[in-house]
Amino acid sequence: MISFMVNGKRQQVNVAPDTPLLWVIREEIGLTGTKFGCGMSLCGACTVHVDGRAVRSCVTPVSAVAGKSVTTIEGIPEEHPVKQAWIAEDVPQCGWCQPGQIMAATALLAENPAPDDAAIDDAMSGVLCRCGTYQRIRKAIHRAVGMKGKGGTP
Amino acid sequence: MSGVVVVTRREFLGTLVSAGAFVLSARLFPGGPADAAAAGGALWHPGVYLGIEPGGTVIIITHRSEMGTGIRTALPMVAADELDADWQRVRVEQALGDPRYGDQNTDGSKSIRDFYDAFRTVGATGRLMLERAAAARWGVPAAQCRGERHEVVHAASGRRLGYGELVADASRQAVPAAGELRFKTPAEFRYIGKGVPIVDMVDICTGKAIFGYDARIPGMVHAAIERSPVLGGRLASFDDRQARRVAGVRGTAVIDAARPPYGFQALGGVAVIADSSWAALQGRRKLKATWEPGPNAGYDSEAFRKSLQEAARKPQKVVRNIGDVDAAFARAARLHEAEYYLPHLAHASMEPPAAVADYRSGAVTVWTATQNPQAVQDTVAKALGIGKKDVICHVTLLGGAFGRKSKPDYVAEAAILSKKLGKPVKVAWSREDDIRFDYYHSVAAMYFKAATDAAGIPTAWLQRCVFPPIGSTFDAAQRYGGDGELAQGWIDVPFAIPNLRAENGPAQSHVRIGWLRSVANIYHCFGVQSFFDELAAAAGRDRVDYFLQLLGPQRRIDFGSEGTKNVNYGKPLDRYPWDTGRLRRVVELVAERSGWGKKKPAPGHGFGFAAHRSFLTSVAVVVELEVDDKGGIRIPRVDVALDAGRVVHPERVRAQFEGAAVFAASIALMGEITAANGAVRQSNYHDYPVARMGDAPVETHVHLVASDDLPTGVGEPGVPPVVPAICNAFFAATGTRVRRLPLRGAGRV
Repeated sequence: MISFMVNGKRQQVNVAPDTPLLWVIREEIGLTGTKFGCGMSLCGACTVHVDGRAVRSCVTPVSAVAGKSVTTIEGIPEEHPVKQAWIAEDVPQCGWCQPGQIMAATALLAENPAPDDAAIDDAMSGVLCRCGTYQRIRKAIHRAVGMKGKGGTP
Repeated sequence: MSGVVVVTRREFLGTLVSAGAFVLSARLFPGGPADAAAAGGALWHPGVYLGIEPGGTVIIITHRSEMGTGIRTALPMVAADELDADWQRVRVEQALGDPRYGDQNTDGSKSIRDFYDAFRTVGATGRLMLERAAAARWGVPAAQCRGERHEVVHAASGRRLGYGELVADASRQAVPAAGELRFKTPAEFRYIGKGVPIVDMVDICTGKAIFGYDARIPGMVHAAIERSPVLGGRLASFDDRQARRVAGVRGTAVIDAARPPYGFQALGGVAVIADSSWAALQGRRKLKATWEPGPNAGYDSEAFRKSLQEAARKPQKVVRNIGDVDAAFARAARLHEAEYYLPHLAHASMEPPAAVADYRSGAVTVWTATQNPQAVQDTVAKALGIGKKDVICHVTLLGGAFGRKSKPDYVAEAAILSKKLGKPVKVAWSREDDIRFDYYHSVAAMYFKAATDAAGIPTAWLQRCVFPPIGSTFDAAQRYGGDGELAQGWIDVPFAIPNLRAENGPAQSHVRIGWLRSVANIYHCFGVQSFFDELAAAAGRDRVDYFLQLLGPQRRIDFGSEGTKNVNYGKPLDRYPWDTGRLRRVVELVAERSGWGKKKPAPGHGFGFAAHRSFLTSVAVVVELEVDDKGGIRIPRVDVALDAGRVVHPERVRAQFEGAAVFAASIALMGEITAANGAVRQSNYHDYPVARMGDAPVETHVHLVASDDLPTGVGEPGVPPVVPAICNAFFAATGTRVRRLPLRGAGRV
């Protein structure tokens, strides 16, 4: 049994310890907001937070999060400035990569509350979007910064 | 008649609407009145369904697939506008695959083009019937009653009735004839031309949206399939002992090898069946399979490239001919030649193909990300030897598609395995499966030759293309480009050159060739717009001026009288003409908005231009590109001007063209599939890269031509001109011509 927190709730799973966290989240815990894209930490669709830091769950063995706290897209409140900014900028097209984008963006803003374009490009370059929503993602991150400044909660 | 009926027998709508609802359907004639006349005595094929519940909720059933274009929002919005429904009280429901919806193949940038009128008609019909029901109840003339924001209002008396309250009466009204309908004027539109947030927005941003990869049903097992690395290879032997030792693996099952033509068949192979995706993938890694490689084992993409280029240098089948190119060449002041090449490309949608199938006693239910649920029905029915109506296809959201998910081989795999195993099966492709077993965008070799006069203006233009056609996937004997491919920017080059000849040569395919976003336009536009730029450069001319001079005076190209077959995206040329004036207008618009000719490029920067009509939409592009000291490429800005006729959802159209510029950047800069010994060499995003945030255009500015013309298409036409505009900008920045893509290919940049 491996035990860890997911979105504030304790989870115990009985799987091989080398099973990637991604598949545990999706198939054992049943939260499908975290997406598969490559299985090699190349595309970022599977991005979650482990103790507040962005990690690629497709290459993170579940044993590595034992006792830790995992946050998935479902654990970010809908009123979070990043989600609200995403909606305001009409970012998504197909939507498949967007949970990973939002998780990468929330982790970025937790570390750097007012990133410039270069910092955004740097932090977000690990998350692929084949529909090509990048310029709206950049705008949405700037908007989220502005919303936080106006009293929004991170 | 208007083609609208009140639907009383609606079993196939299932629980999407309640028994008490007022349901209308509209018959669809994508080809317009000509189609309607042709269908005169044909069977009833309603397509659009609109229901109003007694509680007032309006349900609009969308029969098109959502893959990121916003179509699940845009078409229902059209019906809601004419109904004058309150969008907050509209629920959009996804249709099952069913021929009774008419065409459901979400492909070819045609959803608005083909269904705009039908959705307007069903909405306007509903509004008039509600108005008449209210008028009857109040005993006033119907002309005094108006549907407004979910209510019928009688202005003189101030009386109002909600749409829900009128449902029972409205459904007893006679369906109005077409001539009785009152459509809104553009000034009255509430949603059309304005837009609303896409219906899936919040679900996507909160992780609740369900895609094909997310589908699951109780008792389901997971399958990972090992397939022949070479197309047409056959399983010689396999050893699954190690695979079976993986915890969670239940066993293996063989899927018979497909035979040519491959079409949408499951490719065949050995499936590892397991309790979880991860166990299936681990088991597959331990499987030992050997293959008889078959007739494509010798396929080498490098040798193939040379053979196509050789063919393109020789005379080929003439597909368009004006004047006498050879005579003009013989007396030319100056001749120019150039060759261009584009490699295979993979779709690489972020969500790989996936399907869940549940076969029970002669019928199968599938849940899948598909662009074409009726093709799923046909393909699965054939694979299982059951009737088409015994294939129930639920359409999920699609995590990108770009043409890949209109080819349901992966659904056939799940269905075959479910029948074999007697339980529900999920087949979810890995990224390696997706890159290695795609329906690849065709390679293409092109050769161009032009004669120019003393002023550098072409007096003769010859172009040849050679590529394995999409048709080869469905007819193994097909070698020449199909009419559809040749009408995608090849036989419809718009230049007013007195001697012009287009040719097409044969090529045999060794992989499955399929359509990818904007299809043959990608290579044709790359060749034509690059060669135009070369001639302009040789003449020392401003590109936009030179382009407009070559385009000539405004005219509708008369393909019929010149003897050229132009299938024009399946649309008649009289209703959707090839009007050079519309292309001129977008060229002028993009020049103005981008500041063309007014800005001096910064050191290391260059501006590139290209213009192209595809999917009936005219598009012109200016790209600013920067090359740094180390050869690194950045695209600071793209300007796109387009004329797509009436635009239903301008914000989603902008998004499509922003995204198309990124898709084109992937093609121009980095996309390349190669093969050795018959097998594709790439497997994931490390060796088949697609544009990341830093590779993509930093800013794409989209400029829409305001138009009341018929809507054309927006999903695809943004891609083709951006590719040569990037290459032309690279030339402007560096003086180096790009004749082979991608720019970052081995030994090129």
